[in-house]
Amino acid sequence: MTNLSVNHLLGIKDLTADDIQLIFQTADHFKEVINRPIKKVPSLRDITIANIFFENSTRTKLSFELAEKRLSADVVNFSSSNSSVKKGETLLDTVNNILSMKVDMVVMRHSSPGAAHFLSRNIQANIVNAGDGTHEHPTQALLDTYSIREQIQDLKGKKVAIIGDILHSRVALSNIYALKKLGAEVMVCGPATLLPRYISELGVEISWDVKEALEWCDIANILRIQLERQQLKYFPSLREYSLYYGVNKKLLDGLGKEIILMHPGPINRGVEISSDVADSKQSIILNQVENGVAIRMAVLYLLAQKRQN
Amino acid sequence: MEKRLILDTDLLQITINRLVEELIENHKDFQNTVLIGLQPRGKFLAQRIQKRLNERLNKDLPLGLLDTTFYRDDFRRRDTPLQANATKIPFIIEDKKVILIDDVLFTGRTVRAALDAMIAFGRPRLVELLTFIDRKYTRDLPIQADYVGRRVNTIKTQRVLVEWTDQGAENDKIWLVTNEEQ
Repeated sequence: MTNLSVNHLLGIKDLTADDIQLIFQTADHFKEVINRPIKKVPSLRDITIANIFFENSTRTKLSFELAEKRLSADVVNFSSSNSSVKKGETLLDTVNNILSMKVDMVVMRHSSPGAAHFLSRNIQANIVNAGDGTHEHPTQALLDTYSIREQIQDLKGKKVAIIGDILHSRVALSNIYALKKLGAEVMVCGPATLLPRYISELGVEISWDVKEALEWCDIANILRIQLERQQLKYFPSLREYSLYYGVNKKLLDGLGKEIILMHPGPINRGVEISSDVADSKQSIILNQVENGVAIRMAVLYLLAQKRQN
Repeated sequence: MEKRLILDTDLLQITINRLVEELIENHKDFQNTVLIGLQPRGKFLAQRIQKRLNERLNKDLPLGLLDTTFYRDDFRRRDTPLQANATKIPFIIEDKKVILIDDVLFTGRTVRAALDAMIAFGRPRLVELLTFIDRKYTRDLPIQADYVGRRVNTIKTQRVLVEWTDQGAENDKIWLVTNEEQ
């Protein structure tokens, strides 16, 4: 395996286990690069990348931008809040206008599931999906699994529990695909109202009891309650959610084993995870953020390698 | 495919010894000098040179490994994708005399990329290039080696095959390979 099997990164569903391993191996090298005195390599100096964000983002956007700059690409940024989208321009028109400025790759976040797929069928540039609605967030899943691999080397047979708002999470779906492709066992846990009906078809265990999930797993990936996506009331109050599903020190102390804790951020401190747990030694949340840059450098580098000259 | 032996095991060892003596002549006790082998294939020669230097000087000289993949100017222009190798430079190169070591000097593009890659680790006082085989008349860039094991006349379609026991070969040998169909 020397090259990716895909021309775009739309979702983990489209990747093979070999693709994921290749991205990890390449990220290992980039991790070494970003720890050097000069953290920049000239690999993508002839590539222009547009970051098109139709939804708010802090760490993903920063992480992509840093990755692009460390590969020496030219970067243009676009966010819908102060753009012609507000005047009624379509997605395709917006992107085609950007591409007319000779852009080679597009990193896009959009609130509609499938937006990245739509784009990849209609334009020439390589597309990287930076989150499409509640569908997929492939680079987040890659950096999550990469961070786990860093702690325990081989994911085969390891048990990972994804706890929280599965229904509104694109991280959960991409994580499930990535973990299963690498041979891990996955459990999802949350209130019944926040677990999608189809979830068992993905071959995952289901639990409604956070203690049971924590006892079962080696690694717990705790997700944020996405209040901005919740049109209805899925649980009575944040306080009650925290009481029944929040991961805190008392719960972890009662397990009799040490598990690895993850969170894709941003954290609602005191809701899905207590502050002392988020900042504890078991937590690899900041490793995830650091690895995000290396993973995104690897993805952009490998996709650029597939471009025709 | 035709294989012609350029250096056999004995001659290869003699050449390494001669290169080491040349290095000692210029760098004396290697007080402010470091060795950097270029990945992937310059590593084996660099390790041999370091071992011999250590024996001669009774020292433990630092050896770094440098990968040039991300610095190449032919990224996306090659038929086969480039795979990176590990870079390990466990010392400071700022103000040091650096000896870059590679097995074959061909177009000079790897050395150009290596100079770029090395600058990311600091500003050396002096950089020299040691190569085992210098393929004459094949350079794309104005780059020459300071220490050469052997100069050979080749055409572009030929390639130099370096076999090391460290890589699993039976003996250390260097071949010139000509593909018949070319």
